[in-house]
Amino acid sequence: MSLAAALRTADVTKLPSRRDEDWRWTDLRGLLREVPPASPQIEVAEGGPFASVAADELAYGNGRSPNGAEYSSLTMVGDGTLRLRFVSDAAATSHSSFVAIAVEEGDTVTLLESYEGKGSAYVASVEIAIEVEAGGHLTRIVLVDEPADAILVSEARVVLHPGATFKQTVLTTGGRRQRIETVVTHPGAGGSVRMDGVYLLGDRRHADITTEVTHARPDGVTSQLVKGCVSGQARAVFQGRIVVAQGADGTDAKMGHHGLILSERAEIDAKPELEIYADDVACAHGNTVGALDEEAIFYARSRGIPEAEARAMLTQAFVSEVVDRIEHEGARDVARAWVAAQLRGPDDL
Amino acid sequence: MLSIQNLHVRVGETEIIKGLSLDVPAGEVHAVMGPNGAGKSTLSYSLAGRPSYEVTAGSASLNGQDLLSLDPSERAAKGVFLSFQYPLEIPGVPGLTFLRTALNAQHKARGEDEVTAPAFLKMIREKAAALKIDFEMLKRPLNVGFSGGEKKRMEILQMAVLSPRLLILDETDSGLDIDALRIVSEGVNAMRSPDRAMLVITHYQRLLDYIKPDRVHVLADGRIVASGGPELAHELEAEGYDKYAKAAA
Repeated sequence: MSLAAALRTADVTKLPSRRDEDWRWTDLRGLLREVPPASPQIEVAEGGPFASVAADELAYGNGRSPNGAEYSSLTMVGDGTLRLRFVSDAAATSHSSFVAIAVEEGDTVTLLESYEGKGSAYVASVEIAIEVEAGGHLTRIVLVDEPADAILVSEARVVLHPGATFKQTVLTTGGRRQRIETVVTHPGAGGSVRMDGVYLLGDRRHADITTEVTHARPDGVTSQLVKGCVSGQARAVFQGRIVVAQGADGTDAKMGHHGLILSERAEIDAKPELEIYADDVACAHGNTVGALDEEAIFYARSRGIPEAEARAMLTQAFVSEVVDRIEHEGARDVARAWVAAQLRGPDDL
Repeated sequence: MLSIQNLHVRVGETEIIKGLSLDVPAGEVHAVMGPNGAGKSTLSYSLAGRPSYEVTAGSASLNGQDLLSLDPSERAAKGVFLSFQYPLEIPGVPGLTFLRTALNAQHKARGEDEVTAPAFLKMIREKAAALKIDFEMLKRPLNVGFSGGEKKRMEILQMAVLSPRLLILDETDSGLDIDALRIVSEGVNAMRSPDRAMLVITHYQRLLDYIKPDRVHVLADGRIVASGGPELAHELEAEGYDKYAKAAA
């Protein structure tokens, strides 16, 4: 069951539905009665949110790579930073793409991935296969800026070889239905994984951040911090699963999800899961959903900060803990400014 | 300057302030003393505009401007500043950012130009040094993990930067050791000026050895029950609040 399969075969019965446990908060079957026609081919100008940070870019326009293919295999050679852009400009049509990325042994790569949507009511599917060879390091920053009525599913499968590290931060404002899913196979000792995320959802938007990390070997480290806020009638979904297989002793995994509900009709559904089949592991998870501290709001107002600005500032401060964990300075600055712009908070937080 | 007439304030179902009248002329420092539960903090929160503090009757104005119809941030822009008894911790917001945001919001509300970053930093460095606040501390989230004394010094720093017309000090001496009390008091005294009024709310006379009031008022059961010169504070310290509490009851 996947959106990609449904689009490829034009068969709506292949869409995930609320009957699929992992998709019960992100129902696609109930939303699409038929598979929309294919999106037109478009020209994509260079740019995107990370344009100032790195020169190299690979841009997909309505699912097609620059040479017109929906499928492309990419091996990254040497250290470096690449902007990977998925640009949509479509109306009530659909498109999909598949990208394979390999980080070679010992290389350090930063992937600045952006979803830039224009138009309306389109359906987009992106599948990414990532392989990080032994001792390689991949940082993946994902910035999702889509129209309120667009449907997007992005699914990344990440395989890490011994000693490889993977650090991911997803930032999204959601869409009509949106799922950003990452499934990681952890290499154990010497490898480490970070699976962070920020969601900022307003109006009737929806975003689902789903992650799964499987520790199959001993002594692996995973750290996850996902934070976000929902206002209006927005709905956020966080599904975080960490599996520690039999024999993966010494695994050290921390998962944190913290959400702010800023309006009465907004909703956050969270399902943190630790499945542990090994002994001698250090696994912890924290999951909280709450409201802004009204005393702190009054304190800020009493200093002259108008209420809306005070709320924006405190919300921004709440999620900035995640953004501050991004080590790549250029990407961090972009992420910080993006969050400030979404929440209209101060630019120097 | 500050004029309060027949103020009644309710918190939930309970009336706490019951017909309080008080005038603090420009240039003067007035102390409000009273036993626990007299309504001291309610008075300060009401003047600052805290939600859920419902004014049911009376008026409060600053230089003729009605305060009670204004939002808390508008009151601040008009010059009201409340130094909190328990300053809030603001996770994730560095003190510098908080203060610059507040100062520029006030300037904007008054139709004044924004303070530039260099001018702001110059001013805050000077004022922080006077209060013996390490500049590095201002880069940390405001008040998070600060000691009681550090929080009170941050309150005075905010006051110095925002330069209000009416200063309300709510139990500013609570939680301060003698050195911190001296530094904080010097900070407050440096702000005495002919165009400023101060309301010093305290349970103990101790603070008034450092911040000398022009007038002392006794607050009991939601009303001012006695007023006098600085000697009244000493009398209260010696005799306690019993006779006023009984008189009010």
